[in-house]
Amino acid sequence: MSKLRKDYEKSPLWKFLTFVKGDTPLPEEDHTEEWIRNVERAEETEKTENANYIELKETDPYEDAKRFAQMSGVRVFRKIYYVLAALMCIMIIAMLIMNVAFMPRFGSDETPTNNEVAERYLADGVEETGAVNLVTGMILKYRAFDTFGETNVLFIAACSVMILLLHRESTKLSVAEGRGKKLVKKKKREDEEDVDAEQDEDVILQTIARIVVPLIFLFGLYILLNGHLSPGGGFSGGAVMGAGLILYNSAFGFRKTQRFFDETVYDVIKVGSLCLYALIIAYYLFTGANGIDPMIPLGTPGKILSSGLILPINLLVGLEVACTMYAFYALFRRGSF
Amino acid sequence: MTDFILILLATFLIVCAIGVSLNKNMLVSVVIFMSYSLVMSVVWIFLESPDLAITEAAVGAGVTSVLFFVTLRKIDVVWKRDKKKEETEENA
Repeated sequence: MSKLRKDYEKSPLWKFLTFVKGDTPLPEEDHTEEWIRNVERAEETEKTENANYIELKETDPYEDAKRFAQMSGVRVFRKIYYVLAALMCIMIIAMLIMNVAFMPRFGSDETPTNNEVAERYLADGVEETGAVNLVTGMILKYRAFDTFGETNVLFIAACSVMILLLHRESTKLSVAEGRGKKLVKKKKREDEEDVDAEQDEDVILQTIARIVVPLIFLFGLYILLNGHLSPGGGFSGGAVMGAGLILYNSAFGFRKTQRFFDETVYDVIKVGSLCLYALIIAYYLFTGANGIDPMIPLGTPGKILSSGLILPINLLVGLEVACTMYAFYALFRRGSF
Repeated sequence: MTDFILILLATFLIVCAIGVSLNKNMLVSVVIFMSYSLVMSVVWIFLESPDLAITEAAVGAGVTSVLFFVTLRKIDVVWKRDKKKEETEENA
C-alpha cells in the first residue's frame, strides 16, 4: 500500500488536486524531510554498498528477468501486448495490400515512371554521358550531386561510429609494436582486448582466404573499372572490396592487415576521395552553370577509357565504400584499426 | 516457369522474415537473415537488376551479418557457454 501511495503522491495529478483543495504541504518542511531522508539513505547505501555489489554479482540476470516475467501484472500486460501486436501487424498488412492493389501492374506501359524523363535518358543517355550502362550514366552524370550526398552520408556514418567506438591508445600501442619498437603496455584491459581480438590460427580459413581474397579484390576492381560498361559501379564494387578486406582480416588478424591498411591510410583514402569527388562536382557545377562545354572528352562509348569523369567518380566512390565497410568491421571488432 | 520460381522465392522470403522474428536463438536468426539476403539477391537478378544483386550479396549477406556476429560476440551471446566451461575448468 505504502509504495503505491508514495508513487501516487509524487504524481502531478495528486499535486494538482491538493493545490485545488488548498491543503498543499509547506514546501520548506517537505524539503528538509526529504533531505534528511536522502542523507540517511545515502549512508545506508554506503554501508551496504559492498554487500549489495556482491549480491548483484551473484544473482543471474536471466533469473531476475524470469521472475519479473512471472509477476501477475506483467503477465496480463504480455497477453494484451501480444493481442495488440497481432492487431497492428494485421492492420499494416491490410493497408499495404490495399496500396499495392491500387498500383499499376508490374512492368506495364502505363506506370507513371514511364514518362518523358525515362525516354530522354534512353534516347540520348549514351550520347550525353558516354556510358553504355545507363544506370551508372544516370547516377553519376545526371544525378552526380545526389550521389555526392549519399557518399557524404556514408562518410558521416563512419565518423559517428568512430566517435562511439574508437579508442586510440590501443592503436598507438599496436602500431608501435608493428614497427618493432619496445613499448610497455600500460593498461591491462586493453591488453586483454587485444588478445581477445587476435584470432586463433585457423588453417582452413587461412587456406581458403589465400585463394579467394585476391579473386574477390580482382572482381571488385573489375566492377569498379567497368562500372560504365557493365552492371555495377562504385557502391557495389566498393562493397565487394570491403567484404574482401573483412575476410582477409578475419583470416589473418589485425597485425597483418595493419601492414597495408593503417588508420592513417584509412584517413587519407577516406578524406581524399571525398574531397576529390567534391572537386569533380564543383567542376560539373561550374561548367554547367556557365554554359561551358566540358573539356574532358567523352570518348567512344563501349571502351574502358570513355564517358569522361564517370570512371574516376566510380573509383572514388568505391574506395570510400570499401573503407567504410572495413572501418565498421574493425571498429565493431575491437574499437580501432 | 520464371513466375513459378519467383513465387517460390517470395514464399521463402516470407518464411525467412517470420523465422527471424520468431526465433529465440540469436545466432540462428542472424543466419536466417543472411539466407534472406542471399535469396533476395537472386530475386534481384530475376527482376533484371544485377547491380543491385551484387550489392545485396556483398552488403546484406556479407557485411551486415558479419557485423551482427561481431556484436553478438561482444555481448557474449554466442560464446557464453564456452566461457562458463572455461571458468569451471579454471576452478577445477
